[in-house]
Amino acid sequence: MAVAKSLPHDAARLHVTGQARYVDDIPMPRGTLHLAFGLSNIAKGTISSMDLEAVRASAGVVAVLTAEDVPFENDVSPAAHDEPLLAMGEVHYLGQPVFLVVATSHRAARVAARKGVITYDQGEALLTLDQALAADSRFEDGPRIYQKGDAGAAIETAAHVIEDTFEIGGQEHFYLEGQAALALPQEDGGMLVSSSTQHPTEIQHKVAHAIGLPMHAVRVETRRMGGGFGGKESQGNALAVACAIAARQTGKPCKMRYDRDDDMTITGKRHAFRISYRAGFDTEGRITGVEFTHLVNCGWAQDLSLPVADRAMLHSDNAYAIPAIRIESHRLKTNLQSATAYRGFGGPQGMVGIERVMDHAAHALGIDPIELRKRNYYDAPSEASVDGGSAPRSASAPRDISEKMKDNTTPYGMEVTDFELHAITDQLVASSDYDARKAEIAAWNAKNDRMKRGIAFSPVKFGISFTLTHLNQAGALVHVYQDGSIHLNHGGTEMGQGLFQKVAQVAASRFGVDLGRVKITATDTAKVPNTSATAASSGSDLNGMAVKAACDEIRDRMAAYLAEYHQQPVAKVSFDGDRVTVGHEELSFEQAAMLCYTGRISLSATGYYKTPKLEWDRIQGKGRPFFYFAYGAAITEVVVDRLTGENRILRADVLHDAGASLNPALDVGQVEGAYVQGAGWLTTEELVWDGQGNLRTHAPSTYKIPACSDRPDVFNVALFDGQNREDTIYKSKAVGEPPFMLGISAWLALSDATAAFGETYPHLNAPATAEEVWRRATEVAAEVADGV
Amino acid sequence: MGNATGIKMTITFHLNGEEVSLPDISPTTTLLDWLREDRGLTGTKEGCNEGDCGACTVMVTDQGGHKALNACILFLPQLHGKSVRTVEGAAGPDGQLHPVQEAMVDLHGSQCGFCTPGFVMSMATAHANGATDHDDQLAGNLCRCTGYAPIIRAAKAAEEAPVPSWIKDDSSFIFSEISRGEVADRGAEPPTSLRPTCADELATAYAARPDATLIAGATDVGLWVTKSLRDLDDVIFLDGCTDLKDITVTEDEVRFGAMVDMNRVRDTLAPLHSSYAEMVRRYASQQVRGAATIGGNIANGSPIGDNPPALIALGATLHLRQGETRRALPIEDFFIDYGKQARAPGEFVAAVSFPRQPDSLRVYKISKRFDQDISAVLGAFNVTVVNGSVTAARIAFGGMAGIPKRASHVEAALIGKAWTAETVAAAQAMFDKDFTPLTDMRASSHYRLETARGLLARYFADLNGETTHVLEVN
Repeated sequence: MAVAKSLPHDAARLHVTGQARYVDDIPMPRGTLHLAFGLSNIAKGTISSMDLEAVRASAGVVAVLTAEDVPFENDVSPAAHDEPLLAMGEVHYLGQPVFLVVATSHRAARVAARKGVITYDQGEALLTLDQALAADSRFEDGPRIYQKGDAGAAIETAAHVIEDTFEIGGQEHFYLEGQAALALPQEDGGMLVSSSTQHPTEIQHKVAHAIGLPMHAVRVETRRMGGGFGGKESQGNALAVACAIAARQTGKPCKMRYDRDDDMTITGKRHAFRISYRAGFDTEGRITGVEFTHLVNCGWAQDLSLPVADRAMLHSDNAYAIPAIRIESHRLKTNLQSATAYRGFGGPQGMVGIERVMDHAAHALGIDPIELRKRNYYDAPSEASVDGGSAPRSASAPRDISEKMKDNTTPYGMEVTDFELHAITDQLVASSDYDARKAEIAAWNAKNDRMKRGIAFSPVKFGISFTLTHLNQAGALVHVYQDGSIHLNHGGTEMGQGLFQKVAQVAASRFGVDLGRVKITATDTAKVPNTSATAASSGSDLNGMAVKAACDEIRDRMAAYLAEYHQQPVAKVSFDGDRVTVGHEELSFEQAAMLCYTGRISLSATGYYKTPKLEWDRIQGKGRPFFYFAYGAAITEVVVDRLTGENRILRADVLHDAGASLNPALDVGQVEGAYVQGAGWLTTEELVWDGQGNLRTHAPSTYKIPACSDRPDVFNVALFDGQNREDTIYKSKAVGEPPFMLGISAWLALSDATAAFGETYPHLNAPATAEEVWRRATEVAAEVADGV
Repeated sequence: MGNATGIKMTITFHLNGEEVSLPDISPTTTLLDWLREDRGLTGTKEGCNEGDCGACTVMVTDQGGHKALNACILFLPQLHGKSVRTVEGAAGPDGQLHPVQEAMVDLHGSQCGFCTPGFVMSMATAHANGATDHDDQLAGNLCRCTGYAPIIRAAKAAEEAPVPSWIKDDSSFIFSEISRGEVADRGAEPPTSLRPTCADELATAYAARPDATLIAGATDVGLWVTKSLRDLDDVIFLDGCTDLKDITVTEDEVRFGAMVDMNRVRDTLAPLHSSYAEMVRRYASQQVRGAATIGGNIANGSPIGDNPPALIALGATLHLRQGETRRALPIEDFFIDYGKQARAPGEFVAAVSFPRQPDSLRVYKISKRFDQDISAVLGAFNVTVVNGSVTAARIAFGGMAGIPKRASHVEAALIGKAWTAETVAAAQAMFDKDFTPLTDMRASSHYRLETARGLLARYFADLNGETTHVLEVN
C-alpha cells in the first residue's frame, strides 16, 4: 500500500529546480496591472483630509481608489463585517490600508503609495492590554468563563499555593512567500482569482461580495503557498478583493503582492497574552485547583480572535486532570494589527500557562517536574473502555490502581479516552537519558557561576477538530481516466505540509495502484465547493476521508461491473499491486479502467466527509469540541549566560504521536519544523511596537526567526509507535499544529537554568530574549544577595 | 525596477552558461528584478528584498571563485564580467539534478519550497568550494518550515559527490578581454567614470562628481533602492577597482584595501585575531559577507557597524583619498556624530590598517539571534597587561552611542592599575560616564549599559582562560 511510506513531498523536484510556481510566478498577460496600498501612519484617528494628487501623478499610476470607490460592500473580514478593505473615515491601526494604487509595475505602485498626504484628527490609541482593560475596550460583553468545580475554594484549602502573572508575546508568521493574489477578469464579468490562501472558499465568498456577483461567477485557484502557518487563513482576503475590484474597474488583469515590510506592517500575527495564575497543590504535588486569567490582545478587528481565545481556554488543562479549574478570558480590542490564526490557534498560549504552573510548583515543592506532571496526568484508557478503537501497538505503562480515582474529564466536560502520555513520557525519559543528564547538569551548575544549564520537559495534548463544528466537513472529486490514470482534487490547500502527497497516497491505496498513477492538481473552488480553511491541523483527516469516500465509490462501481463481466461474486474482486484480480482473472489497472469505460461505468465521483461525535456549546464551554487528541512530549536542554542573558538550546529530544502515520518522513518534518518554530516564538522572536503603535520589527533585519544554527545541536525526533483510537484515515493523527507546542520545553528549560542563579522561580516572560533572561537572572541572583 | 535617471550602462556576463549582453540598463536594476520580470526566470524568489532571508540566493563566479550572493540587493553592473548561476541552472543541461538537489529531494529538505531555490544555490556554492561548515554556509538562508535539520542532512549527504562539470565551467569564463572594454554611457562620460578599474580612475571620477553614490558591495545602498525606493541620480561602481582589493600583511601591520570583502577579512584575521574573525562570522551571512566590503562598512558610518569598534580597539588607521590628496587618521576620529563622518566631498575610504600586535583583542557581539543579526551591543576589548599591570587599554563599543565610540573613562580606570577583579569592578562603574545608550527594538538602554559592564568582566575571565560564552558550551 502507498500509505505509511516515507515518500518525498510530491513537489520536491519542482521545489529544488525552481519550477514550482507560486502566485507571483504565474506568467501574466500583457498589460497586467500591479497594486499597492497606501497605509495609515497613525494608530487611531479620523481622516480629516486626503490629498492623493501626487499619487495620481506618480509615474505609471493608472488608478487610485479610496473607500468611496469600492463598488459593493467594503469588507474583507472573515465573519464580523468589521474590516473595511480601505479605511472609511476612521483609522484603527498604524499600517491600515487607506487607499489603493493601481499602476503599471509593482515598484511604480509602491513608489506612488508613499506619496499620499493624509491628515488626521488624532484619537487616543489603545496599544497595551492595560490601556484596553482600563477603557473596557473588548470584543465580547465581558470575559468568557469556563469552569469546573470550585477552584477558589480548592486553592484556599490547598497545602501549597503559587501565583504569578507573565506575558507571552505574539509571533509573526514569516511565511517565506509573502501574501499574494491576482485576478483575471472573465468574458462574462466573472473573475478568476489565484491566491496564496489557506481558504479558497472564503476568498471566493469575499470576492463575490466585493464585486456584486454570486459565488458561481468567481473561481479561486490555489496550487501552493510558500508557507501559511495560519497567516493565510484570512489575511489574504484584502489582496484578492483589491485585485478583483481593480480588475473589474480597469478590465485588466491585476496582481498584488506585499513587500515584506508591508506584509509585516499590515497583517495580523499570533495573539499576545498576559496570563495570571493561582494554583493549589497538595504536598505530593497533586494539583487541587487552578485559576487562570487570560488577557488577550486581539488588535483592532475581531477576525478569528474569539475562537482563538476559546482554544486557549480549552488547552489550559493540557495533559492534566484538574479537579477544580476556572479560566477567565478577556478579548481586548487595541489599536494594533488584528491578531489572527497562527499554528495552534491559541492552544499554545493556554498550554504555556499550565506548563508554567507545573514547573513553578515543582520548583516550590522540590519535586522533579516530570514526576509531578505524571501525578497529575489524565488516566490512560483501560483497554476495554476504548470506544471503537484498538489499543496502541506499544503497551501503556502499568498504573497504580489508586490513581484510577481521577475524574478523567476535561474542564469542558469531555471524557479523555485516548490519553497516550504515560507511555510517551516513559519512553522519552528513557531515550533521552533524562535522569543522568539532570544530575550531570546540577553538578555542572555547581561549578559554574557565570553560566548555568537547564533542562525541562513539556507534554502536549492537543484537541483535533475545528471548534466551530460546521467547519468539520470536506469534499473531494476523483476521476479515473480510461488509461488508468487518476486525477483528484480536494478542498485542502498545500502550504508545504505535504497534504497533497498524503492524500495521493490514500487514493493510491484505495485503488491498490502505484502512486505514479495519481495526480493532484491545484485546489479549485469550481471542482470542490464550500470547503473549510486548511487549518486546525485537519487537512489530512478531513480530505483524506473525503478522497477515500470518492475512491471507494468508483472502486465499488468498477468491482461490481468487473464481477458481473467475469461472472464472479463481487467479493472475488480485489485491487492490489497495480492490478485488479477478478476470481482467477488478473487485469492491469488500465485494462480494468478501459473495460469499465467501454462498459459504460461512471469513473468519476465526489466524496464527502464530516467528522463524527462532535457536540460543542462555546458559550457554556461544555461538550465534545474535539474528535480526538494528538499527543507528544519534548525534553530540552539549554545554557544561559548570567552577564548577558545570551542563551542557546543544546539538545532536544522529541517523541510525537502521529497515530499510524500516513507518511512518517513528512510527519517527522512537521515535528522538527514545528519544534523550531515554537522555540523561536518563545525565545528570539520579539515583536516591538513603539509608543505610537508603530511596529519596529517589520523585516527580518529586526524580527529574528530561528536561523540554521539555532536548531538544537543534538535533535532527536521520533514518532510514537501507536495508532489513533478513533476511526480516522488509516488510523493516522493530525500533525500540523500539535508539535508546535513541544517548543514550550525550551522556554521552561530557560526558566530552569535561570532559576539556578538563585533560589526563587524566575519571573520569566516570553519571548525569553537574551535581555529578558538577563533581567530575570539578575533578579533571581539579587534575591539571594539580599537574603530573600 | 531601480531607475537612476539619465545613466545607462552596458554590461556582459554569463547566465547559466550563456553569454548575456545588456545594452542600456539602468544601473540600479537589481539582478532579482531583472531575472524575474525581464528574463522570466522565476525560480529565484523574493522573500524580503533586503538581503536577510536568502530566498534570492544565486551563485556568482569570478576570478576570486564561487560566491553565494543575494540577488535582491545586487545591481546588474556588479555582475559585469562574471558568471551567474540561478536555480534554473543548478541542474545539468540534460536535466540531471545537482547532487545537492538530489539530496534535498531524498532527505525531505523542502516543505513549502519557497526558500528552497536559495538554499540549493547556497548549498551548491558551498559544495563547489568544498565547504562543510554547513551551519555557517547556510546562516543567511531562512527556512520557516523544516527547522533546518533535514537541510543539513542533505548538505552532508552531498559533501562527497564530485562538483558537476557545468558548475566547474563557470570558472573558465574569463572576461579579461572585455573587463576594461565595457561600454558605459552617461552623456560624454568615459566608461571608467561609472565603473573605474583602479583607485586612480575612481579618484578622478569621484572628485569630478562628488555627489555620486559610491557602490561597493551594495549591501547597504541596495536597501536605499529596494526599501527607501530611492532613485540614485549618479553612481560609481567600485567593483572594478582591483587595486582596492589588496590585503597586505607584514611584520608591522595588516592593511585591507577598502574593497576587500568581509569573507576575505575574516580569513585574514582568523590566525591573527580569532575573536574578531568569529565576530565577522556572526555579523553577516555568507551572502552578505561575500558582497560587503570593509571600506563600505566603515564609510557608511553606522553606529552599529561592528567592524569599527574592533578596529578602534586595534588602533587602526583609516586611509582616505580625494583626487591626488591622501591622508590618514585614527579610525575613531572618522566618526564625528550620528550620520556624520570626517570625509570631504569627493573623498573616499581607500584602506584601513592596524599594527601587528599580540592578540589580546576580544570582540563580543550581543544580539537577539547569534547569526546574521544587527548588534544590540558590540564590545571590543584590547588591554595590554605587563607584569600584572595594565599598561594600555583600547576599549570601544558599537550600539552604545550615535557612533562607534571608545570607553575612555573605563580605559582610564584600568590603565596603571593591577589587572585584578577589583580593578575590573572599579572600571565597570565608569561605563555610565562614557555612554548613555538608547532604548530601541533591539535592547533597552539599561540592558545595553549593564551588558557593557558585564562584557568587561567576561573579558577578564576570557583572558584568564575560562569558558565565557554559551557558544563554547557543548
